[in-house]
Amino acid sequence: MRTSPGERLLDLAVSGVLWGFRILLVAAILIGTIATIRAGKYTSEQWIDFVVFGISQGSIYALIALGYTMVYGILRMINFAHGDIFMTGAFAAYFLATWMNGTGFIDSYPILGLLIPILFAMIVAGGIAMLVERIAYRPLRGAPRLVPLISAIGASFFLEYAFRGFFGPGVYAYPPIKALEGEWDILGIGILKVQVVVAVAAFIMMAILYSIVMFTKVGKAMRAVSESKDTAALMGIDVNRIIVSTFALGAAMAGAAGVLYSLIFRQVGFFMGFTPGIKAFTAAVLGGIGNIPGAMVGGLVLGIFESVGPSLFLEGLGITRPYQLKDAIAYTMLVMILLFRPSGILGERITTKKA
Amino acid sequence: MKKENFLWSAVKTGLIVGVVAIFICFVGMVEVFSKRDVIEKLITLGQFVLLAAMFSAGFIASRHTSSLLEKNKPVSNLVAGLVAGLFTGLVLALLVVVGAEVNLRAVFLNATTTLYDVLTLDKGVGNVWILPLIGAVAGLLGAASLLLPQILRRPITQALVFVIFMAFFSGLFRVVMINQGSDMSKAAKYLFGQTGLTLEGTLIFFLGVIAVSMLWSYKGKDIQAGVTRLPKAGRLSLRVIVYALIAYVALGLPQVSGPFIAQVIVTVALFVLMGLGLNITLGFAGLLDLGFVAFYAIGAYTVGLLTSYGAFGLQHIPFWVAVPIAVLVAMASGAMLGLPVLGIRGDYLAIATLGFGEIVRLLAGSDFLAPFFGGPQGIIGIQKPCLGTLGPFIRVDVPRVCNGLELGKPQDIYYIAVVSAVIIAFVAWRLRESRLGRAWMAIREDEDVAEALGVNLIQTKLLAYMLGAAFAGLGGAIFATLIGSIFATSMQLIVSINVVSLIIVGGMGSIPGVIVGAIALIGLPELLREVSEFRFLLYGATLIIMMLAKPEGLWPSQATRRELHHTEVEAGVKA
Amino acid sequence: MTKRLLALLSVLVIASMALAACGTPATEAPVATEAPATEAPATEAPAAAYECTDALGCVTIAPDEPVHIAYWGVLSGPDSSLGEDSKRGVEIAIDDKGGKILDHDILLTTEDAGCTPEGGATAATKLATDTSIVGLIGSSCSDETVGGIATLTNAGLTTISPSNTRPVLSDPARGPDYAGYLRTAHSDAFQGKAVAEFAYNVLGARKAATLHDGSSYAQALQQVFADNFIALGGEIVAQEAVAKDATDMKPVLTTIAAAQPEFLYYPVFVAVGGYVTAQVRDVAGLETVALAGSDGIFTADLLKGGGPNTEGMYLSSPDFSAFTGDYAGFIAKHEAKYGGSTLSTFHAHAYDAANILFAALEKVAVVEADGTIYVPRQALRDAIYATKDFQGITGTLSCSPSGDCGAPVIAVYQIVNSDPASWNPADTANPNPKKIYP
Repeated sequence: MRTSPGERLLDLAVSGVLWGFRILLVAAILIGTIATIRAGKYTSEQWIDFVVFGISQGSIYALIALGYTMVYGILRMINFAHGDIFMTGAFAAYFLATWMNGTGFIDSYPILGLLIPILFAMIVAGGIAMLVERIAYRPLRGAPRLVPLISAIGASFFLEYAFRGFFGPGVYAYPPIKALEGEWDILGIGILKVQVVVAVAAFIMMAILYSIVMFTKVGKAMRAVSESKDTAALMGIDVNRIIVSTFALGAAMAGAAGVLYSLIFRQVGFFMGFTPGIKAFTAAVLGGIGNIPGAMVGGLVLGIFESVGPSLFLEGLGITRPYQLKDAIAYTMLVMILLFRPSGILGERITTKKA
Repeated sequence: MKKENFLWSAVKTGLIVGVVAIFICFVGMVEVFSKRDVIEKLITLGQFVLLAAMFSAGFIASRHTSSLLEKNKPVSNLVAGLVAGLFTGLVLALLVVVGAEVNLRAVFLNATTTLYDVLTLDKGVGNVWILPLIGAVAGLLGAASLLLPQILRRPITQALVFVIFMAFFSGLFRVVMINQGSDMSKAAKYLFGQTGLTLEGTLIFFLGVIAVSMLWSYKGKDIQAGVTRLPKAGRLSLRVIVYALIAYVALGLPQVSGPFIAQVIVTVALFVLMGLGLNITLGFAGLLDLGFVAFYAIGAYTVGLLTSYGAFGLQHIPFWVAVPIAVLVAMASGAMLGLPVLGIRGDYLAIATLGFGEIVRLLAGSDFLAPFFGGPQGIIGIQKPCLGTLGPFIRVDVPRVCNGLELGKPQDIYYIAVVSAVIIAFVAWRLRESRLGRAWMAIREDEDVAEALGVNLIQTKLLAYMLGAAFAGLGGAIFATLIGSIFATSMQLIVSINVVSLIIVGGMGSIPGVIVGAIALIGLPELLREVSEFRFLLYGATLIIMMLAKPEGLWPSQATRRELHHTEVEAGVKA
Repeated sequence: MTKRLLALLSVLVIASMALAACGTPATEAPVATEAPATEAPATEAPAAAYECTDALGCVTIAPDEPVHIAYWGVLSGPDSSLGEDSKRGVEIAIDDKGGKILDHDILLTTEDAGCTPEGGATAATKLATDTSIVGLIGSSCSDETVGGIATLTNAGLTTISPSNTRPVLSDPARGPDYAGYLRTAHSDAFQGKAVAEFAYNVLGARKAATLHDGSSYAQALQQVFADNFIALGGEIVAQEAVAKDATDMKPVLTTIAAAQPEFLYYPVFVAVGGYVTAQVRDVAGLETVALAGSDGIFTADLLKGGGPNTEGMYLSSPDFSAFTGDYAGFIAKHEAKYGGSTLSTFHAHAYDAANILFAALEKVAVVEADGTIYVPRQALRDAIYATKDFQGITGTLSCSPSGDCGAPVIAVYQIVNSDPASWNPADTANPNPKKIYP
């Protein structure tokens, strides 16, 4: 193919600018970091705190991101309503937990008081996700790629405002579990019990999910369907059933995440799913969408960046009120990682086939 | 395989619709809508919604019966409809009975006594049996409507839809008509009540539509044939007449309709501008941009900073000079976005651009950049466009005097917005037909093949980003002058989502589709402000229904239409 | 193609017929929308009727028509509890009137303004188009007013906001666009100052930190506080901000902790307020810092979101003990009508705003023998501005020439019980939160 000198010049300029971007970003981060550390405003304990906060937030992102990534892996579709599925789980658990709290059950059996609402939230969220899939997504299989996305956006609005109609625009307080108040001393550092429990619970859930996908028959079928629906169907796999169970499984994770989230942040409201949903989607992309370990890594990386980033990078650069720009950091990080790895941290290269 | 018993199927339909009806009650729609009339003093909107549910239960059951039974017996259709409606009514009656005993309100805020009163027509729990009765009758009617011959069914359906439409927007029509002077005002009060149609109005609309529809079905073919038989010159002049009429209506509309409709049309036009912009990036070149609001924001802020007489105004220049600058700045920022994401594909691109949009919004509203952009306090005091010369800038907070015609009202901005939209639509149309347009579409279909065929990916993609951004920037510039103040909170992700949705709903890659999509997704919700609690609920439901019914969009481009007719997506064809 | 052309043609023919039916649209119609009432009574009223001489025109209400008032505010999105709360105040005010004024039904139209300036502009334009509207209550957020007030004022309408607190809106130099704007809410200029004085003089704090959520309300209020605190001789050691949708506050609180403040003021909205309160004690260095919020979180929702940590927290708010009216009675009606507690702070202000409007309406309306009502718009506006010693729930209200009708008595309250059910600031025996200053 012949190219004119002008075009070649353009190519050169573009790659120059690209490298400029990369160098600029890395330099800004390095300079900010060094300046912050030299200013010595924070103790090392505070830095560890930042990281711990990031991990507990990140593990919730990761749990939600699993649903995005699993559905994407199978259907190549962004399930925009996933964040709202997370919200439905939180609401379900709220009502059950409040009732259990009223009877004094949670105080006498704290572990069951934690587990039963989680289970209930998983069931409700899974059920609603199956309903959404049946009504809004299944008829659109095979339609152009963006059509299910719009339907999912519609489902997201619908769920949000249906719940606003049911339960009003105010917030509800998730009942506290007394056994989870206070701190644990881990290696000489005081860490909040809730945060430990949430992170541990999230990792257990992820481990369960991962083993379902890797070691069970259903999981095997899921992986087969995500490789090729047609081939899987020829192998005698009921593709519809596998897709539904993928939705249900991902939604159950989101429902559980909703409970964990309410445990940390205490507020349940109709709009609570929007931002975490977007963040979790970002995390899924960050890790390489369609890749389950990628979602976990992406969630954790995003959580830690959000928590550490503003004070580590921005304060050193002399930016005032850096926490206002927390999300901006998250997205800049995302772009930066995509600049170096266009398909995410653990994603496979998709340059040959279109995503 | 044994076929299902049609009665059992009707019961199932009735139960499902009943659950849907309970959903509608619990969301709060029935109670709120029961304060509005469809027909004054006869039926409220809340009652209508429930009736419509029972009616459709009958209709669905009846249609299902036809598909279940080999021999079509009208009686079984009617029975199925009756049973389905009955069961829908029974489910609602059950709600009332349970609600009287158990405090459902502990969970569902809208399970109020008012709701039960609405359901039992204020007759108390003792008379709850009327619900299944009404349900059975409505279901029977629904079933019967299916049995009507086509020639009757279509006009009646159209007339019903039209009446509901008029009832829903009656407040709007009424106000516009009353503002036209005493004759129209009398007509308005004859046709419309305070919150719905009058009985007379209902009859007039109903019969009028039936008459027009019947006439069209008898004579429509002849007229159509007449037009096709016309000689070429005749068809041309017909077309000229149509365009002249469009121009006449477009010019006169804001003067007749008043500022609100004008403002809604301006909003639609702004979204058309953004939609046309994204249509280039997404519709033509296939690059999914979820942060399109960024360019809108950049256009708006540029005009704001350049023309504001408030604290953050930089140059205090006229609007007309600021707009081209805003477009250029937006274009440059399009390149700024385009460069780093050149190598990113598919949904990775979607999230990277989403991030860009959020970064722009966060920076514009941040305290860090507040000395330049006003932070949370925004930029206020944006100068209105002035046809004529502007007086000198005196001091902050004092607008410059306009020696000439100041275009301050929404009716004035209307002309700017509509003319811009028309020009940009023309530009977009020419671009699509150009070499560049074909290069974009080649990229959309397959990037690698396009590159192999000699399309310069970098150049073509960058141009798509830049031109798309320029259009959105123009929209933002007009937005700034329309509102007179800008805040970062106006530049939410939801704007970008709206733009993507309207393109898909209109039909991807289609220029008229953008306009239709903007009217459907931006214009109608704007008009529905008074049912604000349910605006987004209905919006969400509409998006889903539109995608199910017409996945190719309301006005698809030729290419999409061809594609969909050849692939296995039968949903599009069926619709 | 031809088919579509034909369809278009028929639509256009109908549309142009409608246009033609309106006479000469380009010249007559704008007059009709701008000064609608000057000609309306002349054409509609029966012979020998009242002649309208009002500078802004009159609204004519036929004997069988309702008196139309409107509410505009935020009814969708995450801030909707603020607008919903005020709307309920207006609805209760209407109920208390028996749904009737001057023997006509009261019709309430609500418009969503979405807490944004463009939402405010659209809602205002829509309401301004409807010439049957007599007066308005709203908006919820100051941004909405900034976007919409000029339209309303120029249409001859007057609105009373129950919850706008941005100081500039009732500044004496606010300009002619604000002629149709009053509020029963207080200006934050009072609120920020009261909190600064409380912190400095009563608590003896010398080092204070602030946190806002990027809303124009919170940003302005914390700045008022900071300026006053410095003027008193104190030191502002940190001024931080988070995004409105942020949930994890521990990192930003850690940053604030590094500056070692004695007093933390976060005049934010409920979501952020709840998250900050719930997490602040978990951050090393902030275990004992005094916490203070403002009227934006003066709601039981704060206790739900903030949990046990809210106990001991200070909140600035309109002084409920200065509420001379029957606030307890209002709360009882609210409970009966909507179930559950109030959603935000300004329902009583909305109730008062509606009643000020009704009182002014009853004063200026001209009632004919047949029941026709004429409402002169300028006279109505003047009557609202002339409101003096009005006995509302929130106190004895008098409107200033720059539109401040609220009794700007700000008190600082302390939360004594973190159980949301105990929330009752107006209770005389066991108030929660309890007034401690002044």
